[in-house]
Order: sequence, then C-alpha cells, then structure tokens
Amino acid sequence: MHLVYPVVIAAVLFSVGVYGVLARRNAILVLMSVELMLNAVNLNLVVFDMRWADRLHGGQVLTLFVIVLAAAEVGLGLALVLLIYRNRQTVDVDRLRTLHEDREEGARQ
Amino acid sequence: MSTADIVILALGVVAIGSGVMVVSTRQLVHAALWLVVSFGALAASYVVLAAEFVAWVQVLIYVGAVVVLLLFGIMLTRAPIGRSEDLDSGNRIVAIITAAATAVVLVTTLVRGFRDAYFPLKARVGNGSSSVIGAGIFRTWVLPFEALSVLLLAALIGAIVLSRSDIGPEQAEPEPTPPARPRSRPPGPLARRKPRGADDEDTIVISRIDEGA
Repeated sequence: MHLVYPVVIAAVLFSVGVYGVLARRNAILVLMSVELMLNAVNLNLVVFDMRWADRLHGGQVLTLFVIVLAAAEVGLGLALVLLIYRNRQTVDVDRLRTLHEDREEGARQ
Repeated sequence: MSTADIVILALGVVAIGSGVMVVSTRQLVHAALWLVVSFGALAASYVVLAAEFVAWVQVLIYVGAVVVLLLFGIMLTRAPIGRSEDLDSGNRIVAIITAAATAVVLVTTLVRGFRDAYFPLKARVGNGSSSVIGAGIFRTWVLPFEALSVLLLAALIGAIVLSRSDIGPEQAEPEPTPPARPRSRPPGPLARRKPRGADDEDTIVISRIDEGA
C-alpha cells in the first residue's frame, strides 16, 4: 500500500478544518471544524502505526486517547457556548468582543 | 495501485468532500449531518487500514456521541433551522489563503518525503483487533489510560459547573437578566464610547449595555 494517499488525505482534511475554524462565525461550526482537524490527525496516527507495525500499538492507542479527548473537548466547549448564549443571546464569535482593546489605547502603548 | 489504494482514495474523496460541505454549507443542521458522512468515511478507511477497533470506536464516539452533542448544541442555541446567510465571517478570503497555504506546504512536504514509501497491508491484518489493542492499553499504556479517566472526570465536573447557574462566584452580584432581547441588535453607540478614566461603576454600566449587544 502506498503511504502517500492516506497521508495526503489527512493533510487536505486538516486544511479544510483550518479554513472552517478561521472562516465560520457560529461557535458550534468552529467546534465542528476542530473535530475535522482532530480526525485528520487520527488518520495520520493510524497510518503510521500500521506502517511501522508498532509493537506497542502506540499510534492506535493514541488515536483512542485523542477520540476521548475530543469527546471531552466537545462537552466542555458546548457548555461554554451555551453559557455564552445564555448571557449574550448570541454564539457569533465575531460579535463577542468584550475582551478586545480599543484601537487608540492599543496604539498608545 | 492496489485495491486498498483505490478504496482509500475513494473514501478520502468522500471524507474531504463532506468536510468541505461541513465548512461551506449554509444550514447548520446540514453541517452536522455532513460531519457524520465525513466521520463515517474515515471509519471505513480505518477498516481498510486494518484498524478495526479504532474504526468501531470512531463510529461509536464520534458519530454516536459527538455529533449528537453538536446537534444538541445547535438546538439549544436556537439556531435557525433553514438557510442562514451570515454563517461565514468577514475574513473568509484570509481563511482561504491560510488554508490553501497549509495544504500546499503539508502536501508538498509529505509527497516529497513519502513518495516511494510502501508497506504491506496484508501483513498488518490483526494488528488492530480489539484483543491486541486491549492488551496494549492495559499492559503498556495503562498509566495514560488512568490519567485520561481523571481528565474525563475533570471535564465532566467542569461542564456541570459551567452549565449550572445556581453555583459559582456570581451570586454576590445579582444581575437582572434582560428578558429576550432581539438577537440582531446593533451595538449601541455608548458601548463604543468608553471614557478613558472610567471608574468601576461606569464600567459596570457600560458592560451591561454592551452585554445586550
């Protein structure tokens, strides 16, 4: 089996996730794009585990750990998104600018 | 080009295509459903790569739990069910450039590095069965596994603490929440014109105005 195909698929999928994180405004869509990036990394881990025939199966076990981490991340992220929605009535990441600093104050420093 | 290559290329096309649909569709619920297709294609390619256990865990956790959680999030934030036009932000061009640059760099590096890297897939069958993976987890990787269980507990407690409103430090200052303001209200002019030397009371007032925006 040629190693290039799954690895390139993973790279392209990762870039799709990068685009989604940067371009989407809805916080839940941003979370979905993060999931895409994590999946691309998982594909890489499985492919290289199979390529080296890892005796400890580190790649596959790490894939399982990443899947569990992604589940925890989505749970916490959704809790945060719901909290923001309850306080602000919006999940639009472009409009959550409470933490930004004013232009002239930033320029003065 | 072997059969496994062709199958994994087809599955990759499905995964990437549905991934592009996830990041470009105009309907929120459709994005979650395209995500199911993408995860399913990836699970199938794990099966092709002889990692059956990972494939089933992928189906169970990603398709079963994560997508359902995301759908819950969509429903709970009262997202519009039909088409919505404002899902993409203003920096879409920058995002396209960044993603294209990432793809170009990664693909060139990987193709140059692994142009003639082959491995025998048939010899790897059985490397991903549940008995092998289970033995690996509970012999070699048992300490990270336990640490991960602690992390899951922490995430669970964190989610509970975040989503319960009757606990937490904000009880000292009971803030009257404004009932059901319209969602698309432009930010008021007062929210932007913040005085330089504003003391604490002023900032509280301003932040309350800002919160509704």
